[in-house]
Amino acid sequence: MDFLGLESYLVAMLTTVGIYAVLSLGLNVQFGLTGQINIGIAGFYAVGAYTAAILTTSESVHHLGGFGLPFVIGLAGAVLMSALIALPIGLVTIRLRSDYLAIATIGIAEIIRLVFKNEDWLSNGVRGIPGIERPLAGWLGTNAHVTLAVVLVVLAVVWWLCERARVSPWGRVLRAIRENEQGVTAAGKDVVRFRVQAFVVGAAIMGLGGALYAHVVGFISPEAFMPLHATFLVWVMLIAGGAGNNTGAIVGALIIWLVWSGTELVTGRLPPEFATQASSVRVLMIGVLLQVILIARPQGLLPERAPRAVGAARGRGK
Amino acid sequence: MDVVQLFVYGIVLGSILTLGAIGVSLIYGILRFAHFAQGDVAAFGAYIALSVVVASGLPALAALPVAMLAAAGLAILIDQTVYRRLRGASPVILLISSFGMALVIRSLIQLVWGPHNQTFASGIQIPYRVGGLVLKPDHLLIVAAAVALVVGLHLFLTRTRMGKAMRAMSDNMDLALVSGVPAERVVMVTWALAGALGAAAGVFLGMDTRLHPQMGWSVLLPVFAAAILGGIGKPYGAIAGGLVIGVAMEMSTMVIDPAYKPAVAFAIMVLVLVVRPQGIFAGKVL
Repeated sequence: MDFLGLESYLVAMLTTVGIYAVLSLGLNVQFGLTGQINIGIAGFYAVGAYTAAILTTSESVHHLGGFGLPFVIGLAGAVLMSALIALPIGLVTIRLRSDYLAIATIGIAEIIRLVFKNEDWLSNGVRGIPGIERPLAGWLGTNAHVTLAVVLVVLAVVWWLCERARVSPWGRVLRAIRENEQGVTAAGKDVVRFRVQAFVVGAAIMGLGGALYAHVVGFISPEAFMPLHATFLVWVMLIAGGAGNNTGAIVGALIIWLVWSGTELVTGRLPPEFATQASSVRVLMIGVLLQVILIARPQGLLPERAPRAVGAARGRGK
Repeated sequence: MDVVQLFVYGIVLGSILTLGAIGVSLIYGILRFAHFAQGDVAAFGAYIALSVVVASGLPALAALPVAMLAAAGLAILIDQTVYRRLRGASPVILLISSFGMALVIRSLIQLVWGPHNQTFASGIQIPYRVGGLVLKPDHLLIVAAAVALVVGLHLFLTRTRMGKAMRAMSDNMDLALVSGVPAERVVMVTWALAGALGAAAGVFLGMDTRLHPQMGWSVLLPVFAAAILGGIGKPYGAIAGGLVIGVAMEMSTMVIDPAYKPAVAFAIMVLVLVVRPQGIFAGKVL
């Protein structure tokens, strides 16, 4: 591969990793900090992508809108919409243990997928929404480097906010809920409220990831949100990187994306009669990898580190 | 369409969901985690039956015992190789592991049997007409076989030592263990039963509709809705839960787009979680 080809490949790859890292950070707020299981990542991701697409594309008879609004408004709308959808789900299931939430998120993701697939007036059904502009295209042009820069800036902001949240009293309460719910209740905290907040914040971050995806790819359809690929890869990324560690979430996204891309090298060598099955071979390998990580190193590459205890002197560690 | 006709379809679907939900409930009762690969174990059973049907030319129902054995074996294999190593970890980890396992099984199915739709028997079945009702022979077979399996399970749980040990472990784990219940053997039998019943659900679903690698995942939500409605951890509740969800899903097509059938199962589940999270039969609140 010549240098330019390699460079554009790297730029595209890092852009994708950036989007997955945003999703992984969203899951880290829910699972890493609070211990909530969300198997419906693809649902919130799709809501974000469609919201951004509908808000920012130019007017079309094929779907709702488009409203031709600026990129930033699209991002804000995506965040808001995902949060609005997560809120009732959170309110209903969060009093119960994480298993119920997990099942409910499967349901909500499935329904979201069905809506985007069947409601032509809203999303143009299976034909999807084309013509979504690159981020800030009107201002900075459609250069792939600009797109990458925008994704990385958003990622950096999300990481910084998540990291602030983690060490804040809010994050401390979430971790305390994960470790000992009764204790937190006894300490007088409104556990239900904190859990709903964590779920909604995580879903909003996933919606943001979806919006970025829509702008990077330029075309979205229900096919792009195969529930499992998005949800599953993000889970493997967070577990591999280290649940509870925001930097781990990003490192996990990078490494697992490299592994995922690497599996293509393996499937490329398959005999032609298996060529159509390449994606299932890849999922199979990543699925086995997840089991190995869960058994051999459940804390991930960068395990969660407890923030410095309140009052401890600087530099004396934990 | 006729209300009674849809009701009949609902009973058929309900029988299928019941078998899946019993498996989920048994596993939850003994191992205390929601097994997300149950649907894909069921799909695996269906595909094994397909291979038997293709190789032998027998009808799908005749392939059922082979499918049930194979799926029971698969369930035990998964447990012994993966879940057993995670038993000390939190149920959350087991749940994620089972989600990953679901994808592993589905990928294997797709690799071995291909990604397209398949059916057990080509051609059109000649339906019986009873009054205004149209009954397909397969529908009758599905319901009859499901009833036979549930009765068999009932006898096993109430009449055999192993069945009693399972119920004891589900009711009170610590008490059962100090009473000398062989925990690992009970766990193994639980997986075998859940796998076998799941395979039956898969084969029946394949007879009722078609086989597809995604079939297991697409019934997972209604199966869990049925288990929760019946009271999770209560295999008998799963029967009621399965029938209610099945009938509701089919009857809903009178008023809403059939594409949204899964949403009906979801809506009922959410309603149960809000109103009576322990389910109709006072199962465990997770």
